[in-house]
Amino acid sequence: MPARVPRAGGAYNAGMKPKGAWLSDDYEAATARMPERDAPFETLSGIPVAPLYTAEDVRGFDEGAQLGYPGAFPFTRGVQASMYRSKLWTMRMFAGFGTAEQTNERFHKLLDAGQTGLSTAFDLPTLMGYDSDHGMALGEVGKCGVAVASLADMEVLFEGIDPEKITTSMTINSPANAIWAMYLAMAERKGADLAKVGGTLQNDILKEFIAQKEYIFPPAPSVELVIDTFEWGPQVAPRFNFVSVSGYHIREAGSTAVQELAFTLADGIHYVRKALERGLDVDEFAPRISFFFNVHNDFFEEIAKFRAARRIWARQMRDVFGAKDPRSWMLRTHAQTAGVSLTSRQPLVNVARVAIQALAGVLGGTNSLHTDAFDEALALPTEESATLALRTQQVIAHESGVTNTIDPLAGSYFLENLTDEMERRTLAYFESIDALGGVEGAIEAGFFAREIGDASWRQQRDIDERRRLVVGVNAFEQEAQEVPIQLVDPAVVAVQRERLAKVRRERDASAAAAALAELRRRAKEGVNTMPAFMQAAHAYCTLGEQMDVLREVYGVYEEPVLI
Amino acid sequence: MTGAAGGPQLDRPIRVLIAKPGLDGHDRGAKVIARALRDAGMEVIYTGLRQTAEMIVNAAVQEDVDAVGLSVLSGAHMHYFREVAAALAARDAADVLLFGGGIVPDQDLPALAELGVGRIFTPGANTNDVVDYVREAVARIRGAGAD
Repeated sequence: MPARVPRAGGAYNAGMKPKGAWLSDDYEAATARMPERDAPFETLSGIPVAPLYTAEDVRGFDEGAQLGYPGAFPFTRGVQASMYRSKLWTMRMFAGFGTAEQTNERFHKLLDAGQTGLSTAFDLPTLMGYDSDHGMALGEVGKCGVAVASLADMEVLFEGIDPEKITTSMTINSPANAIWAMYLAMAERKGADLAKVGGTLQNDILKEFIAQKEYIFPPAPSVELVIDTFEWGPQVAPRFNFVSVSGYHIREAGSTAVQELAFTLADGIHYVRKALERGLDVDEFAPRISFFFNVHNDFFEEIAKFRAARRIWARQMRDVFGAKDPRSWMLRTHAQTAGVSLTSRQPLVNVARVAIQALAGVLGGTNSLHTDAFDEALALPTEESATLALRTQQVIAHESGVTNTIDPLAGSYFLENLTDEMERRTLAYFESIDALGGVEGAIEAGFFAREIGDASWRQQRDIDERRRLVVGVNAFEQEAQEVPIQLVDPAVVAVQRERLAKVRRERDASAAAAALAELRRRAKEGVNTMPAFMQAAHAYCTLGEQMDVLREVYGVYEEPVLI
Repeated sequence: MTGAAGGPQLDRPIRVLIAKPGLDGHDRGAKVIARALRDAGMEVIYTGLRQTAEMIVNAAVQEDVDAVGLSVLSGAHMHYFREVAAALAARDAADVLLFGGGIVPDQDLPALAELGVGRIFTPGANTNDVVDYVREAVARIRGAGAD
């Protein structure tokens, strides 16, 4: 009698019947007695999910190639060897509203509550490069973030905060160069050494064209402004992540998880290509490229997304772009729970959604995390709701036990299968985008707008038609719950306008004019703009003045209207 | 609104302008609603981004729409609804249904109703409800105009 040997692949017990036989015998019998529920057995991205995963689903799985060890290529299991056993993720809550004084006060409260980094939300006029007293700013000043129109506002915003000790993330894109220069100028005036100042600038203009739509200039010069920071940043502020390539907004605009993953990495690749075209050395800039992903409801798909992202990026950087420094291969990421998943009905239920999403981010190995407050489908978070959101992270970190071991779900038949599938679908999207001439070509062709528009429409119809249930929205509905909301004081506008008028009155007018002239010259000649932005920041040029110079040189962009 | 031909045309398809006022670029909701209304047989015009109240009301008058839906997620809804309502009145188009959606707290609903604003749909709203609402509200306005 022949000895029993494991079958090819060797991963499953030879005494066990094949999965196909189990499905046709046992599972079929069970569902004949009790039929499957009428539910969509697929991920939010539409990837079909089987009733069961076994070793057969990962047959041929090469642990070394697909996973490796944490802290080593391809970083599927995390970018640091000791991950959360050494250092928990950074708990970084996005905050900003009203005046610089009010946001500064919130920053101090968040730091006192145990938060470990800051994250600044700017108001829409700032995001669009208008001063607070511009006509287009009416009604918007201080509403969904803090207004920063000059170095004077930046100095108030970070009063009492040491930029060498606290890292700050700034969600700013079109005017990112100017705002970064204001932050660094503020740090310099406090006597800080820029080599020790850390933080993250979002500065991801491509996803603005794809999803969030806060662009000012056309795509080509906008990307060149980003590449100016790739060139200048490592020389001057080497601890600063000068870009945070963002899928968050792509997902909020209604994309699937696969689209979020694919479009974000395609954007990152586009920046790398552009930086190489400028003659930069990949290992000089790549270690400071950071990422920002959404964490949505589909628990396993989200975990798979983070793991696949790290693996795809590592392979692209090493094998396609020839990066030699392992730090260039690492995808370091921030994550935020999905604002779009929050509902205004029964808003307290959002606490549960956020906790599950945050847990997925942690099991996905995120390096930093923002948890949304439960009242964000109604208004800006209150101090209490923002604190509860931070406490949710602290419970995961200190009570749940998931931080005891690294990447605890590795080897799960289902999760590894799903991680591989997301990688496959992402690579297929890369081909479609390249066929359109890369990301800029795909933007012009309306590819992203159509892809995201169709996906968001499908998701909405699934909810409207009750193919997918959302608690409190199309199932288990109940009377409205009243919760207190955060109000923004209308006096903000007056405070902000006064400070702006004072800046214009008291600054050295000739120094301001000279800085703007230098900015114009550099923009026109295609020379790195960052030194001129630093000069303009120190000269108290306003954000609107600086952006007006660039509007004149580059023109403004209007997207084609598509439904 | 009475068309140039004089008198409401009761059987023509409902025409709706979906607009994004101000600086906010979050257009998922606006596009989903535009698509839902169009699929329900209405004629839908979407303004695209960064519209002033004047641009929105110009488009509404030129396109002779029955309804204008504003999408505002930035917290500036009171400002924009007030401006658009005033501009509609100034153009003798106060009978156009003005409704909206976005991040709007319940506390602001009475003040919006006072401006003559109709329903506001917040996150979690069902697009079938939006379609039903526009259909019924426009029918009511047309009925009143025919008396």
